[in-house]
Amino acid sequence: MNMKIKGPAIKFGSNVDTDVILPGQYMTLVDPYELAKHALAGLDPGFPEKAKKGVIVVGGKNFGCGSSREQAPLALKYAGVKCVLAESFARIFFRNAINIGLPVIECKGISAAVKTGDQLSVDFDAGKIENVSNGTMFKVEKLPPFILEILADGGLIENLRRRMNKK
Amino acid sequence: MNITEKILAKASGKKAVHPGEIVDANVDMVMVHDLTGPLAVEAFKKIGVQKVWDNQKAVVILDHQVPAESVKAAELHKTMRQFAKDQNLRIYDVGRGGICHQVMPEKGHVVPGTVIVGADSHTCTYGAFGAFATGIGSTEAAAVMATGKIWLKIPKAVKFVVSGEFQKFVTPKDLILSIIGHMSVDGATYESAEFTGPTIKGMSIAGRMTLCNMAVEMGAKNGIIEPDETTREFLKTRVKELPNFEALKSDKDSVYEQTMDFDVSKMEPQVACPSSVDNVKPISEVGNVPVEQAFIGSCTNGRIEDLRLAAQVLKGKRVKDGVRALVIPASQEVYRQAIDEGLMEIFTDSGAIVCGSACGPCLGGHIGLLAAGETCVSSSNRNFIGRMGSTQASVYLASPATVAASAVTGKITDPRKMEAKP
Repeated sequence: MNMKIKGPAIKFGSNVDTDVILPGQYMTLVDPYELAKHALAGLDPGFPEKAKKGVIVVGGKNFGCGSSREQAPLALKYAGVKCVLAESFARIFFRNAINIGLPVIECKGISAAVKTGDQLSVDFDAGKIENVSNGTMFKVEKLPPFILEILADGGLIENLRRRMNKK
Repeated sequence: MNITEKILAKASGKKAVHPGEIVDANVDMVMVHDLTGPLAVEAFKKIGVQKVWDNQKAVVILDHQVPAESVKAAELHKTMRQFAKDQNLRIYDVGRGGICHQVMPEKGHVVPGTVIVGADSHTCTYGAFGAFATGIGSTEAAAVMATGKIWLKIPKAVKFVVSGEFQKFVTPKDLILSIIGHMSVDGATYESAEFTGPTIKGMSIAGRMTLCNMAVEMGAKNGIIEPDETTREFLKTRVKELPNFEALKSDKDSVYEQTMDFDVSKMEPQVACPSSVDNVKPISEVGNVPVEQAFIGSCTNGRIEDLRLAAQVLKGKRVKDGVRALVIPASQEVYRQAIDEGLMEIFTDSGAIVCGSACGPCLGGHIGLLAAGETCVSSSNRNFIGRMGSTQASVYLASPATVAASAVTGKITDPRKMEAKP
């Protein structure tokens, strides 16, 4: 797999919970593009407009804590978020993001080294993240091969289809 | 090994497992509800398998937006009913169940020593019965329904040893809020939270469920308590065959990342202030906080023990003018018992409204939402921005006793200062 992602950063703080990523009142929406209109409504109602050309979200500690709602990473992905980088993630959000094909990487120190608007470059195979705007480089622990495979397939369902058809 | 490791070793066919190791575990039960189920159904259909791997091991519970509050919700419910019918799955529909985390153990779907996953973050509640239970997303629930398996990283463990006797009107909810206040909202991320000690051994199933329920609020993968006679007493009429509990005890040489001791004997009622569950203060330090709404219910505190406690505070008193008090029994079973015990009379006489068994205002997607500038004191589990409606509303989390006392005075109030009638 050769996965590289580039884009401008939008930065948030720590403990960004799934209720602010996608408030409960929008949970009945099924179309992911409709969900995307409310992405991060709890913190910045203008987020979908800012994200639509493709962005990398940078968070602090415990990104995605709270509810198990998969609508949260879905809303981010369809709003234009190409990848989420954070100091740490809440475990259900981490799994959900991978399962729907939204790349997420834990990267210690990223929050202090990035400000909104910086150009970032992420190389999954090399486990490298670069802030092109200020030259900071991060080496991160690579995701396990089976997780990279899920991301390369575009999500768990596509991955499962491929694996089950192989049998 | 500790109890969590023992369960996961058995589920993955291994003699021993170690923290950090990734295992492929067999799942004993998977649960989806009305808000996470429809995405799971869509994903399941895309996988291309015809049938759920075992129709006895998947359960559908409608609880978040029941009865349907909108046409959209009604459509989602219809999707879930059809899926349950096509797959011949057990479904707990409107009026037949209640909140998923109450219904699962009540109806015998929770067995000590098993692996249970649910498309809801509070699935960790079932650790109260000595099961390994954790929340997953919809897509993953679909994958489990197709394969019966899930990959899991063996978590490190943190142990909470609790001793002492609670003061009157101080409850397991106060204990878990205090623990989360100490640990912070990411203090146990990816870890297993094991509760033990004399206070836990003497605690009711309801209290144990409250503790394990909120383990996720400090980031834990699961909360867990060794099953004992109290567990057996609750489950014996609900589960066909119970396993040997001896095999579900943590070994003396189990390794814990951290062990924390808590003595509850001097503990005050605790309150989690806006807008983070770890923003916890003893009630004496909360100050003057007027409330417009008081909510008693949810998977955290909607059980009969919680309603009894609230009724004890409300008996012979009136909810203050200008305050809306909502009482929501966690399940139909709890609802019926509350009628039998005369609690409903107390609630209605006090001016509280009793709503049908469901999640209610907790998730801000159904009834009892808040307007901008309003404050709710709630027995539920989250107080994030926008959780209960407007992003400009505030939610304070407390025990059912504190919520009831606050409903009477119109401001956050220490229930120990209320004159309770016997």
